[in-house]
Amino acid sequence: MANRTAALEGGAAARRSSSLWGDAWRRLIRNRLAVLGGILVLTFLTLALIGPLIAPYYYGQQHLEALKANNYRPIPPFSPGFLLGSDDLGRDLLSRLLDGAQISMTVAFVVQAVVLLIGLPVGAAAAWYGGRVDTYLMRFTDVVYAFPDLLFIILLSVSLAATPIGEAMNGVLLVFIAIGLTSWVGMARLVRGQLLSLKEQEFVEAARAIGVSDFRIVTRHLLPNAMGPMIVAVTLGIPGAILAEATLAFIGIGAQAPRASWGKLIADGQQYVRSEPHLVVFPALAVAIALVSFTFLGDGLRDALDPKLKGKQ
Amino acid sequence: MLGYIVRRLLWIIPVLFVVSLITFGMMHAAPGGPFSKEKPLTKHAVELLNKRYHLDDPIPIQYLKWAGAMVTGDLGPSYRYPERSVNDIVGDGIGTTFHLGIMAFLLSVIVGVPLGVIAALRHNGIPDYVATFISVIGIATPSFVASILLLVFFSVGLRWLPTHGWDGWAKPTAMIMPTVALALFPIANIARFTRASMLEVTRKDYIRTAQSKGLKERTIVTVHMIRNALIPVVTILGPILAFLITGSFIIETIFSVPGIGRFYVQSIGQRDYGVIMAMTMLYAAAIAVLNLVVDVLYAYIDPRIRYS
Repeated sequence: MANRTAALEGGAAARRSSSLWGDAWRRLIRNRLAVLGGILVLTFLTLALIGPLIAPYYYGQQHLEALKANNYRPIPPFSPGFLLGSDDLGRDLLSRLLDGAQISMTVAFVVQAVVLLIGLPVGAAAAWYGGRVDTYLMRFTDVVYAFPDLLFIILLSVSLAATPIGEAMNGVLLVFIAIGLTSWVGMARLVRGQLLSLKEQEFVEAARAIGVSDFRIVTRHLLPNAMGPMIVAVTLGIPGAILAEATLAFIGIGAQAPRASWGKLIADGQQYVRSEPHLVVFPALAVAIALVSFTFLGDGLRDALDPKLKGKQ
Repeated sequence: MLGYIVRRLLWIIPVLFVVSLITFGMMHAAPGGPFSKEKPLTKHAVELLNKRYHLDDPIPIQYLKWAGAMVTGDLGPSYRYPERSVNDIVGDGIGTTFHLGIMAFLLSVIVGVPLGVIAALRHNGIPDYVATFISVIGIATPSFVASILLLVFFSVGLRWLPTHGWDGWAKPTAMIMPTVALALFPIANIARFTRASMLEVTRKDYIRTAQSKGLKERTIVTVHMIRNALIPVVTILGPILAFLITGSFIIETIFSVPGIGRFYVQSIGQRDYGVIMAMTMLYAAAIAVLNLVVDVLYAYIDPRIRYS
């Protein structure tokens, strides 16, 4: 009997010590796809950070001698000195892919930071206060939302191209900010939608009855319960941002030569796709792996962070 | 509900007004004008052209003139294609752009929703892995990459499908690749969202209640699970349809589809003010209406949500 009680107490103690984040971490590292995604994300981040140090060459450097030796055709992959070959101007593809990694990883985080910074407070305030606040905030998001994203981004990059912010980072920073400014509406609407149905539930009423402040109810009771869909949205948003940047680069907006966004590499390689498929295949693979690894990590985070899963497999 | 819809529809007018103001301002803030081309015209010619098109008026006057004409349905002249009005350009291509967008939308819903539902019902089973694999491919392949690959395989390699020559239902084979390339990403998106939402619903108490009172599995899935799981999915359908209609310009360019999307980027580069404004207003109106449709649908399928 005493033993049993001790065991029960032991169990209770163990449960108390398993925090939400500790549990989440344990669930996350049990998920093989999420671990794979996480490792790949970390790899991409590392490559983006130390890319310039490990790149065989400067990404804009033309190797005309080697190109000439190859009859002015793009150098094929696995050639000596050019692991992934070169483009039609004799620029090392690996070095260019590494520069593209830097652009894509920066876009991922800058855009999502802008999205959370604007979308979260707007959506939460609209849902919680309702009434006039909701109306005005949602009308504001309607205006932003009604803007065709790509048109807005292109217009913004054309209008501000000559300003310091337009010239920062070879034209890339402006594109990041423009993508962020058009992407937060989805987050605001999602947070609002989630909170609208959550705020009618009993635990919120209970919290209000015992005098918990609005801010605390929203941040401690509503938002954690809306975490799953929000994390799915953020992590799906990162590939979305990478994709938007690559798409814009594909049509020639954003990163200017000699910077090598993956989208730009694909656009440049397109004309050689039959004879020199590596010029399209490698950048396309880089985009694909980046998109998938963030997605896997996000899926894993979703499963791991959902407190309602607690105690279940 | 009707009052709500009418009020929301009226709200679209100020939304469009603000959008038009911002676009007009940004457009004129961009350096250069429609007549600063590669082949420079003489200064006098540019002045004459500007005078003819009233581009020498102050910007607010130009805006008022544009807005006045727009209200009567006149979208003004195109500076790039002087023989055609903006109404002609938009009128010729808008049907095709909507056709392509809606086809891709239907394809992505018809494939995406069942894919997500099946994956969730067979959670961690083989159907789940197959559905996940398909979603992964859809997520990993940008539409422009998908287009290039489809063209290389099915047109250049197998010679099954034409590379271009969109002609609506008169030539269905030419519709396949643009539609698939455009729908690939939304399919994955919808499938993933549906799956996540279904898994969420599976754990709800009312499902346990339904099971414990002995309802048929079929009834539980169709009446209790899918109906509830689709509520969050509806919220992403509006943006997806908007994305498909406004975002098809790359596909239109690659497959030479005669929609309006191709004028999209081009008009900004050429400062073809009339076309830029028309496109922005058109897309903005489409997005605003879709947004309203989603909200109404949201209230319709989730009785907990009431608009007043």
